[in-house]
Amino acid sequence: MTTVATEVKKLTMVQAITDAMRTMMREDESVLVLGEDVGVNGGVFRATDGLVQEFGEERVVDTPLAESGIIGTSVGLAVNGFKPICEMQFFGFIYPAFNQIMTHATRMRQRSLGRYTVPMVIRAPYGAGVKAPEIHSDSVEALFTHIPGLKVVTPSNAYDAKGLLIASIKDPDPVLFIEPMRCYRTGRTEVPEDNYSIPLGKASTVKEGNDVTILTWGAMVQDTVQAVQKWESAHEATCEIIDLRTLYPLDKEAIKQSVEKTGRVVVVHEAPETGGVSGDIISVINDAAFFYLKAPVQKVTGFDTPVPVYSLEQDYLPSARKVTAAVEHTLKY
Amino acid sequence: MGVENQFPIVQYVNEKGELIHDETKLDQNQLYEFYRTMLRARMMDKKCLNLQRQGRIGTYVQYEGQEAAQVGSALAVEDGDWMFPTYRDHAATMTFGHSLRNLFLYWKGRLEGSIPPEGKNIFPPAVPIASQLLHATGTAWAEKKKNSDRVSIVYFGDGATSEGDFHEGLNFASVFNTPVVFFNQNNGFAISVPMEKQMKSKTIAQKGLAYDIPSLRVDGNDIVAVYYETKKAVARARNGEGPTLIEAVTWRYGAHTTADDPSKYRDQQESEIRRETTDPLLRVERLLKNQGWWNDEEKGRMEEEITEEINHALKEAEGFKAADIDQLFDHVFAEPTWTIEEQREQHKRVGKEVSQ
Repeated sequence: MTTVATEVKKLTMVQAITDAMRTMMREDESVLVLGEDVGVNGGVFRATDGLVQEFGEERVVDTPLAESGIIGTSVGLAVNGFKPICEMQFFGFIYPAFNQIMTHATRMRQRSLGRYTVPMVIRAPYGAGVKAPEIHSDSVEALFTHIPGLKVVTPSNAYDAKGLLIASIKDPDPVLFIEPMRCYRTGRTEVPEDNYSIPLGKASTVKEGNDVTILTWGAMVQDTVQAVQKWESAHEATCEIIDLRTLYPLDKEAIKQSVEKTGRVVVVHEAPETGGVSGDIISVINDAAFFYLKAPVQKVTGFDTPVPVYSLEQDYLPSARKVTAAVEHTLKY
Repeated sequence: MGVENQFPIVQYVNEKGELIHDETKLDQNQLYEFYRTMLRARMMDKKCLNLQRQGRIGTYVQYEGQEAAQVGSALAVEDGDWMFPTYRDHAATMTFGHSLRNLFLYWKGRLEGSIPPEGKNIFPPAVPIASQLLHATGTAWAEKKKNSDRVSIVYFGDGATSEGDFHEGLNFASVFNTPVVFFNQNNGFAISVPMEKQMKSKTIAQKGLAYDIPSLRVDGNDIVAVYYETKKAVARARNGEGPTLIEAVTWRYGAHTTADDPSKYRDQQESEIRRETTDPLLRVERLLKNQGWWNDEEKGRMEEEITEEINHALKEAEGFKAADIDQLFDHVFAEPTWTIEEQREQHKRVGKEVSQ
């Protein structure tokens, strides 16, 4: 990836997301923002803050409170020349739109043999750990990686968020862009003011290491980095941490190369275990690096329970201790 | 007084074939165009039903009895407008310009069957009920943003008005004043469930009241009424006056699909009576006769021409190149992902091994 940065600002992840949309809206008049409270309110997380003031109500649209309506009308807008960025207020609120995503947005290209296409981005804040009310903390990325015709992207920091969101907006097909809300305002990273893209389908090595590969994404990236740094200060072994960034299509090469080096793998995600993306990751390892494995792949995940109300969410989320215990297990195997 | 009384069924031509609408001037050529286009649709439907019985096409969805609603409304829109059919609306799409060959291909399970001719905006038939109302609203919204005068027309049945997407579609269209004609065909049954079990409201049109959308009921077996009332709605949309909801009250003579047996849920005698009373083709025939414009020879000539057209299209469809597995892999994304490429490669490799 090459960037020619003229100026760099320190931004939070939510600011970088706004910056990505603003950048693309300035460049491409067909880009629209639609969602509940995205106008003068700037979105419940302020991700669209200032956009209606700059681009007007024709391009930044406060829609009626209807998720299927937002996605369904955006299918029509997208087929007819626009690039809608749809905000789902929370990932857990996307379910009424599932039919439109599953049967139309992701199938239109196939059903029309390319005559009609749907360049659309669906943004959704997701994940637990911010003491949100019920249903606000779901991590259901695997429901969507299973849908043919949809790319699923999730950033873990401000720099990646801008580059990945710009790439998603430029993508000619539907992209689900899920934003770990726990990362929205935890820290700032340097973000160039330019228009830059991070290619979809490419993972990022957050930390190099030799003995165990940890594959993760979203809010679990920073948690894992912190857990591992502390653990490594008292241990000989080192861990390589890979932020997958795109959950469909997975970066097979990055997974393969790291597993060939370490031979030991821990997959960390906060979504429920069964049917989680970890299953696909293990399948990739099985196909691409089976003979390099020195221990069974470990999973550290949420439970097969609903994401709990917040009194129990810290028990639900993969903890530092669970991650390091899994690392130790693969080393001792 | 019930709210349904605000929505009397608008009729231009009664069952006896008498013009009962003062402002309408009849035109012999236009009536013949109406008749011919409905006849073409009916002959196509019958052909498809026969082909399904012979195993030459798959499960087929009939529309016989609904020709006036579909043909009359489709004649009221123009090139450049957008049409959103369901799986029962090919009388509308073939009238709007869809090729008969592609309609056959669609029922032969081919993706090519959904491709409209160049310059015609016709979505692939919607299968999930009412989902297409939102697409119609969205494309119309796009046209409005482009300052064009293009409109959308979207078809759906009585059962569809129970779905959330019906209400969301009407609401979005209302709020954003998009140029859409919501064209409901109320044929009285959602597969087996009659309207009185589907809803307590006595009409579909009254549902438009909640969204402040001008709404009306029209005799869906009277093509003259359907055509002119849809024209008015289209004109309103073109003029920036927003959406209209039209409830065309009609009847399907046959089953829901070739996989359905209507005798399980209704007396088919009703269909037989209607063939002699409310039939949309019969009505235009009676009207033409009353005007002294009917010509048996002309009808015979039409039937010959249409038969030839249909047979030619069928021949093209049956001689069409075999379905290509690469279509499946090529059209999921603009660029296939590595998983799709691996699956394609493996499928072809294993296929070769098996055939060796």
